[in-house]
Amino acid sequence: MSKRIDVKDLNVYYGNFLAVEDVSINIEAKSVTAFIGPSGCGKSTFLRTLNRMHEVLPGARVEGEVLLDGDNLYGPGVDPVTVRSQIGMVFQRPNPFPTMSIRDNVLAGVKLNNQKISKGEADALVERSLRGANLWNEVKDRLEKPGSGLSGGQQQRLCIARAIAVEPQVILMDEPCSALDPISTLAVEDLINELKDQYTVVIVTHNMQQAARVSDRTAFFNIAGTGKPGKLIEFAETSTIFNNPSQKATEDYVSGRFG
Amino acid sequence: MTTTSLTSSRGAGRAGDKVFSGAALTAGCLILAVLFGVALFLVIQAIPAFTAPAADIQGGEGFFAYIWPIVIGTLIAAIIALAIATPVSIGVALFISHFAPRGLASGLGYVIDLLAAIPSVVYGAWGAAFLAPQISPAYGWLAANMGWLPIFQGPASATGKTILTAGIVLSVMVIPIITSLSREIFLQTPKLHEEAALALGATRWEMIKMSVLPFARPGIISAVMLGLGRALGETMAVALVLSSGALTASLIQSGNQTIAAEIALNFPEASGLKVSTLIAAGLVLFVITLAVNMIARWIISRHKEFSGAN
Repeated sequence: MSKRIDVKDLNVYYGNFLAVEDVSINIEAKSVTAFIGPSGCGKSTFLRTLNRMHEVLPGARVEGEVLLDGDNLYGPGVDPVTVRSQIGMVFQRPNPFPTMSIRDNVLAGVKLNNQKISKGEADALVERSLRGANLWNEVKDRLEKPGSGLSGGQQQRLCIARAIAVEPQVILMDEPCSALDPISTLAVEDLINELKDQYTVVIVTHNMQQAARVSDRTAFFNIAGTGKPGKLIEFAETSTIFNNPSQKATEDYVSGRFG
Repeated sequence: MTTTSLTSSRGAGRAGDKVFSGAALTAGCLILAVLFGVALFLVIQAIPAFTAPAADIQGGEGFFAYIWPIVIGTLIAAIIALAIATPVSIGVALFISHFAPRGLASGLGYVIDLLAAIPSVVYGAWGAAFLAPQISPAYGWLAANMGWLPIFQGPASATGKTILTAGIVLSVMVIPIITSLSREIFLQTPKLHEEAALALGATRWEMIKMSVLPFARPGIISAVMLGLGRALGETMAVALVLSSGALTASLIQSGNQTIAAEIALNFPEASGLKVSTLIAAGLVLFVITLAVNMIARWIISRHKEFSGAN
């Protein structure tokens, strides 16, 4: 149920501004890949090109190829809506739909495209997804309550449940723990470890310890200066990036001697 | 290191606080006082109409018999106006906020705001001189083909000056209000929620259904209520467009009357008990508006738990 992503020579633009330059990267299926790097280096921007969320912003565009098991996401005739239903996304701030109950939040993606689903199937799917997001035991008695009434960490796991309910090939996470306390962060990290058994997970994080804890491979992005495009500096096994990086910039960053 | 006493206060900041809270309190009290004053005036002036012998009231059958046909007429006109204006306004507002290219959107928004500034007498003149004659053939067709419905019963008015025309003119007057407010609210939808929907594989319309409309719902209701206020209270346009008469179910015959137009048309020559009767009619309109607004508040508050405010 999971697919690999191969990116070839990708340039990402906001209008005429080149935000990320010439990235080529191979993301393995059923693994966790972390993107690290300083603020503004384009790692979130790059992540958003992987499910065509980047182009939601006016003027944003992309050059190059993103292959999902060999199919180019930016090929002619590819519908971004279909891409996004196969590549789920979890955002920096938890964003459950405030007007929906917990149950409806989980089913939100499934009910799109006029898919009909029986109540029994829906119940099973809600339980499966919430269990998959380690949230079931906390919310099983209040599925009809609004999702916005949960704590921040619970809301983020609800968003993960919502993302996995549509059974995507890949799950993208854009700093999923940056708005959470350490205990909720731990819960989400445990969850990421379980998710990689079934899904390809790509996570952007500011927290290097988090990258070291959860990821199999790590990509380090950097930026030469303000107004310059972000670049992929190094991409390797996580242990290599943190213990024995081949690039000086990577070593400076992971050891905290960044400047 | 200097220690500051907990009891000492920063003089200037504290004074600003006091001025601001005082001003806010005054403003709040003032609006209540005005509203109360209007209500009191209406009640005192209207009392003679309620206590007078039935035969002395216009129509000769008492105040209730006088007022209820024009209450119904007012509601019919307002309902027609809102039934047309609400979907159109929401559609236009969504187009401006989420579909139109940016250049077109700001131009269109400007035009809509301009529409709200046109005096109602202009709308009335337009309705009476242009819309009514243009639309009367359509009434003829409705009477011929759908006359079995009581609301389209013939014979259709030859001049086109009917309650349906008045309702259409009112809807044109209400559209800018609802559009303008709805657009502002649509634009305030958190990007976070829009992106949540898009990332799940929602199309643009599905995104609007999932995130924009639920977020904007209380605001849309408020906007519609403001529009309703204008539709209920509009005098000039209705007075010019509608050739009034007794209450009738058919929307395409002349007849019916609204409270506001009834007051405007009769007030200049009224005296004595007639004035009281008209003011009592105004009081009834006041109560209707109040009731409608309370219902709207109740509808909004019913969904408080799911408003996202918690």
